Amino acid sequence: MTLATTADSPAAEAAETILEVNNIEVIYDHVILVLKGVSLSVPRGGITAILGANGAGKTTTLKAISNLLRAERGEVTKGSIVFDGAQVQNLSPNELVKRGCIQVMEGRHCFGHLSVEDNLLTGAFTRRDGTAAVRADLDLVYSYFPRLKERRNSQAGYTSGGEQQMTAIGRALMSRPKMILLDEPSMGLAPQLVEEIFEIVKQLNEEQGVSFLLAEQNTNVALRYAKYGYILESGRVVLDGAAKALRENEDVKEFYLGVAGEGRRSFRNVKHYKRRKRWLS
Amino acid sequence: MDLLDAIFVQPFADMAAAPDFLLQVLWEGLVGGVLYALIALGFVLIYKSSRIFNFAQGIMVVFAALTLVGLYERGVPALIALPLTLAVMFVLAVAIERLVLRPLVNQPDIILFMATIGITLFLIGFGEIIFGGENKVMITEQLYIPTGSFLFEPFGGFVSIEQKDLTAVIGAVVLVVALLVFLNKSKIGRAIRALGDDHQAALSVGISLSTIWVIVWFIAGLIALATGIVWGARAGVSFALEVIAFKALPVLMLGGLESVMGAIVGGLAIGILEKLFEIYWGQPLLGGNTEAWFAYVFALVVLLFRPQGLFGEKIIERV
Repeated sequence: MTLATTADSPAAEAAETILEVNNIEVIYDHVILVLKGVSLSVPRGGITAILGANGAGKTTTLKAISNLLRAERGEVTKGSIVFDGAQVQNLSPNELVKRGCIQVMEGRHCFGHLSVEDNLLTGAFTRRDGTAAVRADLDLVYSYFPRLKERRNSQAGYTSGGEQQMTAIGRALMSRPKMILLDEPSMGLAPQLVEEIFEIVKQLNEEQGVSFLLAEQNTNVALRYAKYGYILESGRVVLDGAAKALRENEDVKEFYLGVAGEGRRSFRNVKHYKRRKRWLS
Repeated sequence: MDLLDAIFVQPFADMAAAPDFLLQVLWEGLVGGVLYALIALGFVLIYKSSRIFNFAQGIMVVFAALTLVGLYERGVPALIALPLTLAVMFVLAVAIERLVLRPLVNQPDIILFMATIGITLFLIGFGEIIFGGENKVMITEQLYIPTGSFLFEPFGGFVSIEQKDLTAVIGAVVLVVALLVFLNKSKIGRAIRALGDDHQAALSVGISLSTIWVIVWFIAGLIALATGIVWGARAGVSFALEVIAFKALPVLMLGGLESVMGAIVGGLAIGILEKLFEIYWGQPLLGGNTEAWFAYVFALVVLLFRPQGLFGEKIIERV
């Protein structure tokens, strides 16, 4: 996408793009530069994946969008974030959740001492549409995660990793989001469970129309479910493309999918990707 | 031999010999304990929701009582002064959130702790300027708190229960039950508990910290007012009241800083035990006045064996 099309008609674009991140730079503690100009966009109703190794900046990108950064003394120093047609980089997480953008954090972060059901209900904190509507959504969440219904009264801290991940996603759903930022949903889960979680993500996307931006290390699974992917390396987007194209890209295969092409290649032959959206931001 | 007898035999013989007196002592202890529990509850709520050890809890008790009496002295009818005092406590909560907590968010705990010491000093000065520093009498009768006493005659002896103590106990029970229902059943209560569990996650689901903090500090103010009325009715309203907040420290050590139940049970236990110890062991063996230190020593001993306190929240850890 070029500068010209962005400037064209913001209204028309809002209809197809739900989230647009333009060349953001993130600095922690006023000194540590973590993101060096990341741009990405998520279409409405899409599933987009951010891929990359440890420390590439996936989580930071998500937290910059949901604005949980400030609680960790990080800040977006350059660039802009547009969600649902409005600039959001100065909004509190509370305000963002109200507008329909919610993050499911890495490592689940359930409220350990609260029951599973209470965990889900905290997700409805920002809602003002009454108990009946919240109850109805609770049933909806239980229909996607029947396992949570069985365990509704157990303390979340004592449930299994998979159940906690489901609780965390269900809790986010309770806020009636337009978009969920899903950080590392596969972390520490058995392959079968990972598959189950991603299946549900896909269902939620298709049936409830929730857009997803997910950060994953498990490139293989992520590229099967996502429609588009961005690959991050030390705070920069180095490659992006449709999921299918990325799956077939030789370098992605070699570095992220663990499929070797023809034997070991010399580092000298590795193509360097330098694609950065650069304009005055 | 005499010493052992005085420690292990004589006190119990005394208790058995005069059961009515024992009942009286237990009642007195219970009333004291209820007050400790209330103050501890104020600490627990604030600690749970914001990880701040609120040094100002004691002075909030004084400030609330002082405002109530001060308003009355200025000619406001008692029954209007009460809600007015509540309004003042609410304004205080909002001011603390805006001026102290919000600018200091994400700072290390110790800085917030220092800030609450600042709040303490401010409230002392502010209270003195507005209401003066001399002792005042709590407006017990004007608030329609009965002041007579009931006499019972169990076991052939007699026990006297002051009506204002009884009112205090009943009031405290109502307050605590209401608080527990609020914490466990309401949306805000759930958010307060969630915040205590995982700050980051609470933020991520859109729980607004500033709203919750104002509510929690207001509840702490409400509890402070209740404590102030009850304690003021027994001992008068003065800045010396602040020290009863320090009595809540051993309660917190005993109950754990995060447990509402711990604060209640710990408060009652310390109230009753210190009275019993004073009457049956302290006075005959140590010349009395053991109430000043018993609670602290007791808490120390408990801590030696259970560092997380008797009711400290279990840390749920999965491997």
